[in-house]
Amino acid sequence: MNWGEFFAMNGYAFYVWGSYGVTLLVFAIEIGLVRNRRKQILRELRLIRTDMEDNGNGERA
Amino acid sequence: MAINWFKYSAPSNFYGLAGKLIPFFAWPAAILFVIGLYIGFFVAPTDATQSEAYRIIFIHVPASILSMFIYLIMAGYAAMGLIFNTRLSSMMAQALAPTGALFAFISLWTGALWGKPMWGAWWVWDARLTSELILLFLYLGYIALHASIEDPRRADRASALLAIVGSVNVPIIYFSVKWWNTLHQGATIKFSGTSMHVAMQQAMFITLVACWLYAIAVALARVRSIILERERNTQWVNELKEVQQ
Repeated sequence: MNWGEFFAMNGYAFYVWGSYGVTLLVFAIEIGLVRNRRKQILRELRLIRTDMEDNGNGERA
Repeated sequence: MAINWFKYSAPSNFYGLAGKLIPFFAWPAAILFVIGLYIGFFVAPTDATQSEAYRIIFIHVPASILSMFIYLIMAGYAAMGLIFNTRLSSMMAQALAPTGALFAFISLWTGALWGKPMWGAWWVWDARLTSELILLFLYLGYIALHASIEDPRRADRASALLAIVGSVNVPIIYFSVKWWNTLHQGATIKFSGTSMHVAMQQAMFITLVACWLYAIAVALARVRSIILERERNTQWVNELKEVQQ
């Protein structure tokens, strides 16, 4: 079996690779979203902290 | 052994533990996906009736199983949060919902791409497909309801009720192929044995485990952000070294 034959999936390439391709894509999107969510909350928390230090009294602005 | 398991029911303790655990699930997940798909595509033989199209099974079946299991675990955590008022359980339920929705989507998507060449239709309103679609809507409804209520504890309680009531749908999906006449085939692997080729079984089992590990890793990563979001006003969050820098 050569690679051309492999990717052709005996005529079912669209269905087989469409399944695995979209699965890979949504996994990648989910991992990206999870990473972004962490970055965003950490950014917010650092902002809150600098605000507190600016006030000098430990109270939130 | 004197391990205090209750220690990790506090979000502040679980946050660190979850962070340490993630690589132990994420890496095996990636490795098992490669092994499982290698066996599925290069070792498992061509199917006599479905030719190469059947290879969709190695993602379709694991995704479908996960979509149902994650729902039950999510509803279980939500119920625990409701009954025992434990914050972390509610956060875990919240963290599992998007991953469950993702697997329900993959199940429907790969099912459509398998249905078209085999049945001649992308979609039919049959019992199994319809109940799986309802499962996706239950996940989306849970996420939307939780997001629509500002007070997180009230959001936990309202969405927990939705999750618990919706869990009746899971046995309906599972038994749908027995209870109704349907285009969808019944279970191939039964307790009484199977007609499946051994390499096909191995590939499917390995990708199933990989999907499990992936789901756990992603849910742990997500719950860490949820913990920070919901505990943002606490001392321990402000003292974290990732916040200090």
